[in-house]
Amino acid sequence: MIKFNEEHEWVKVEDDTAIIGISNYAIKQLGDITFLELPEIDSEIEEGESVAFIESVKAASDIYAPVSGLVTEINEDLLDTPELLNKDAENVWIFKVKLSDVAELDSLLDGDSYAKYVNTL
Amino acid sequence: MEELFKTPLYDKQQALNAQNVGFCGWDMPIQYDGIIAEHGYCRNDVALFDTSHMGEFFFKGDIEKSAINSAVSIDIEALPVGKCKYGFLLNDEGGVIDDLIVYKLKVDELMIVVNASRAAIDFKTLSSRIKVGTLDDRSLEFAKLDVQGPKSKFTLEKYFDINLDELKFFSFVQTKIFGQDCLISRTGYTGELGFELYINGDTANKIWDALINDGVKPAGLGARDALRLEMGYSLYGNDLTEEITPLEANLGMFINLKRDYVGRAALSKQKEEGLNRILIPFKTTSRRSARKDFEVYQNDKKIGFVTSAAFSPILNVGIGLAMVDTGEFNEEMPFELKDKRGSIEANKATLPFIEKK
Repeated sequence: MIKFNEEHEWVKVEDDTAIIGISNYAIKQLGDITFLELPEIDSEIEEGESVAFIESVKAASDIYAPVSGLVTEINEDLLDTPELLNKDAENVWIFKVKLSDVAELDSLLDGDSYAKYVNTL
Repeated sequence: MEELFKTPLYDKQQALNAQNVGFCGWDMPIQYDGIIAEHGYCRNDVALFDTSHMGEFFFKGDIEKSAINSAVSIDIEALPVGKCKYGFLLNDEGGVIDDLIVYKLKVDELMIVVNASRAAIDFKTLSSRIKVGTLDDRSLEFAKLDVQGPKSKFTLEKYFDINLDELKFFSFVQTKIFGQDCLISRTGYTGELGFELYINGDTANKIWDALINDGVKPAGLGARDALRLEMGYSLYGNDLTEEITPLEANLGMFINLKRDYVGRAALSKQKEEGLNRILIPFKTTSRRSARKDFEVYQNDKKIGFVTSAAFSPILNVGIGLAMVDTGEFNEEMPFELKDKRGSIEANKATLPFIEKK
């Protein structure tokens, strides 16, 4: 099951690792993605912190860490082909984090709650 | 928030998945299929833009006695009937109140096309400068459709009795489409072969349906911005303001300093003394695009600011225009475009960014 934060990142948990991407809603708002900056591998990130950013033909936007932990992997394919996100953003991961506080997951929104949240925007 | 105007095509655009934004008081589509796709329709095929937000003023009266010829930078007396011309409404300091196109409808009748965001101040300024004759703001009566792209002539010719081949660049005719009045000019904001159609809202709906039914793709303001910037065309509010003169905006080729009009003296003086700053085109060295108001740095010194920027789908890099201090800027050297997210490397480019066809 994937969960979301209000900054439009999605999180899927496998064991103690969070796989993180951007929601379809956010990508649709941004339009054609032209550039993505990724966090650094082995960096410690904190929930709510701006860790990367994404640029589209329309706008630039920060990517906020939905959870705290250690960045273990980044999707380097996206550096050359960020437009992959325009096809199916919720099936394209951006970076992976080894969770430092599993309890943070409880404050994330499930799919239905996120859909409701998006409807209020 | 102020209620936004809707163009007569609003409902039809929503049905085509338009994503709208507030733009100069109007609720306008920024995109339909996506900016890059729509940019491609226009460059390679044909695209349909709703530009009904633009303002249309009509002047009737003796051109010479009215003094309208000294109200704008365009020599309206010298402009032949059936031609239109691009120029400026300036303030006394040579700053740009608006950029506009004047259509010479008859010896004593004009249509003046202005930016939506500036229509109110334009109307007030022009009215105050005209001595005799009548000036009417008929913006809300008119819809406007831009049909742009290499296949635009082929797309439109079956709807007109006139031969579109005979319509030269910056020429127009007042004719009929679907039995209704239509002013069609061979003009546009894309650099492609293209036409602009001035019609009423009802006719605009008929043309929209016919062209969409023919397979013509709609394009929004996002694609329009990338298209115009690839050609280096100025956008009011970005590259032109009341604080920026046409000479600083590198638009001297549209300025005649040998005849008199409001702002001309200031421009002559500026030309004589030399420019302290000038708008330059730039390309970034990556897919990153700057945005308006990014700061320009060279040798760790702030030397200017970005006025327009976009991703160019053709060049696959960021492009834009920046106002730089002439005394500081070294055009041989790369420079940096900065905001809070960091810095983007760029180099001076030449206009147009892409080859004119």
